[in-house]
Amino acid sequence: MNNINFLKPDKSNLNLFLILGLSLVFISIFDVFLSSFFKINATGFLPTSISFLLPLIIGFIGLHFIRIEYSGIRRLDEINKNFNNNNFNAVLSLLIIFIIIKSIPPVLSWTVIDANISGHSKEACTGDGACWTYIKVWLRRFIYGLYPNEEQWRINLSFISLLALGSVGYFATEKFKKYLTLYYVVIYPIIAFLFIFFFISGGPVFFDFSYGIIASVVAIIIGFFVPNKFKLYYFCFVPLAVYLSLNLFILPEEYVELGKLEGLNWVETGAWGGLALTFIVSFFCLIFCFPVGMALALGRRSELPFIKYTSVVFIEFWRGVPLITVLFMSSVMFPMFLPEDFFLDKLVRVIIAISLFEAAYVAEVIRGGLQALPRGQYDAAKSLGMGYWKMHIFVILPQALKLVIPGIANTFLALVKDTPLILVVGLLEIAGMLQMAKTNPKWLGYSMEGYVFAAVVFWIICYAMSKYSYNLEEKYKTER
Amino acid sequence: MSDTIIQIKDVNKWFGDFQVLKDINLNVEKNKKIVVCGPSGSGKSTLIRCINRLEEHQQGSIIVDGNELTEDTKNIEQIRAEVGMVFQQFNLFPHLSILDNCTLAPVWVKKMPKKDAEDLAMKHLEKVQIADQAHKFPGQLSGGQQQRCAIARALCMEPKIMLFDEPTSALDPEMIKEVLDAMVNLAKAGMTMIVVTHEMGFAKEVADEVIFMDEGMIVEKAATNEFFANPKNDRTKLFLSQIL
Repeated sequence: MNNINFLKPDKSNLNLFLILGLSLVFISIFDVFLSSFFKINATGFLPTSISFLLPLIIGFIGLHFIRIEYSGIRRLDEINKNFNNNNFNAVLSLLIIFIIIKSIPPVLSWTVIDANISGHSKEACTGDGACWTYIKVWLRRFIYGLYPNEEQWRINLSFISLLALGSVGYFATEKFKKYLTLYYVVIYPIIAFLFIFFFISGGPVFFDFSYGIIASVVAIIIGFFVPNKFKLYYFCFVPLAVYLSLNLFILPEEYVELGKLEGLNWVETGAWGGLALTFIVSFFCLIFCFPVGMALALGRRSELPFIKYTSVVFIEFWRGVPLITVLFMSSVMFPMFLPEDFFLDKLVRVIIAISLFEAAYVAEVIRGGLQALPRGQYDAAKSLGMGYWKMHIFVILPQALKLVIPGIANTFLALVKDTPLILVVGLLEIAGMLQMAKTNPKWLGYSMEGYVFAAVVFWIICYAMSKYSYNLEEKYKTER
Repeated sequence: MSDTIIQIKDVNKWFGDFQVLKDINLNVEKNKKIVVCGPSGSGKSTLIRCINRLEEHQQGSIIVDGNELTEDTKNIEQIRAEVGMVFQQFNLFPHLSILDNCTLAPVWVKKMPKKDAEDLAMKHLEKVQIADQAHKFPGQLSGGQQQRCAIARALCMEPKIMLFDEPTSALDPEMIKEVLDAMVNLAKAGMTMIVVTHEMGFAKEVADEVIFMDEGMIVEKAATNEFFANPKNDRTKLFLSQIL
């Protein structure tokens, strides 16, 4: 047997060092595990400070022993390279492991072991842990806001239908793939709006024009049999023209009125809330701010001074003011400038305000992408005879947008997380409902559970969005 | 004169205070191949970029196929559609497949039906021998293949004139030949070409006329044999002695 040098472990005594090192690391971790899970201090006989630091010292020595270069064991080499490549990193790795072990028991006991979920009132919560009963009792409010209980099926139906309609992209056949962009950019938002307008809002007044709508739906169906050459023009003009002419000129008032339905009970937007409102506000702000942002980004790079400086002033204005003041303005100041009989719902005003606010950010993100494109792309497009719009639609924007997917995802995530601010104008989405629930005299003192719940919900939404943005990046990657 | 397709008269151009083109006069007849050479910074690229107005000239007139290049935008796009251009850096559209690169402009600028455009594109890709790569993306191709694709893309617009702006300068030596071969074939098919290049072999093989530019001026302009056999200007002699 060779001489053993404990200060410089080497390959010749591999097994000895391995056994010694691993058992020391194991002992140190086990000690921390015992003390945090079972409150047993195995080294209690030692002075406090030494007993506190002992696991770290033992683990450190253990890691020192297993730090053998080119040991020939792949797993060990990987560990050494990634967690244990010098003394400092060994200590950091140990500390992180200890912190994770230490933090598991309190989290676990608060969320699960000592928590209560049964019962329907505060009295059911007897343990030291979280009171999930509170979330359970308030769940409807957190999801639907103050929307009447017996009408909540309307929200469910709308969202499920919209989800189903939104997923058609996955099932579309090759033949319909080319219409998908049009569908998602134009038709889907309109359908979503109609659902929200007729279903979630309800009320009889909105059904006044049903003959016009029926006629234009018929016109759209006929449109699929129109020759390809005229299809685009047909879809752009005919259904709208049919609808307008039926309502304005041809049919007398009574005929139009014949289509009137009583509709569903009207629920004013002030009563909407919770998660449903978060979704509604986020969805519409996302789809409005994107095209506006794109137009602003192009405008800012325009050679026409009027367009350029209008865009610059617009962007700098919205980037310069805090969202909270924008929301206040939209709900308090803005109606003062409107004519007396003109009414714009508070929710609509808020959506417009947030959209414009975020559009300024989106514009700057997209501008970054536009500037990253080499000038040669513009030259090539121009040399093929493309004008400004063709060049941007087919060559510049697809590339620029692809480049800025991470930036746009970032802005959109920020937008979703900014929506709780609409609390200040009295619209209570999920965080707003939380605020309301925690001041309810029957349920004082459970704000922690509420915030954890909201955090988890937002995290799920945002994580899904960021995952989706990674997918998009993968999908449009062409530099292989 | 009726055969003159490009007429450049007394053209001057400045970048700020710096004059890049000085009193350029040049007539190009149909089906002629012109090679433009000269040291870097002599205004060669600027000159051919003026022909499809990627750069604007400030004085003088440029008439391409009977249309004068002015501020009139509508006109410009028509002329650009008739003048194909190949760039030093290829400038393919990286987000589109090779085939889509070639069909994009015919479909959207010339309003050609998609099917016809694809047939046309395949025909030209066949000519430059990359038809088998049609469904790949530019990033997956070698430099030489990309440049040949760029030539095919320009040809798909069925231009009357082709401009080449140092098409082989960004290529590895072994790829230069494949691009030059494609250009020689094109020349033999009777295309009107203006080529900015340092490939004197190519110039000797296909050019009808060679132009030597220096400091924004056309220093020497002569038929190919004449140009290489006995250059008149001292500057030209020096340049040729360095490059050959």
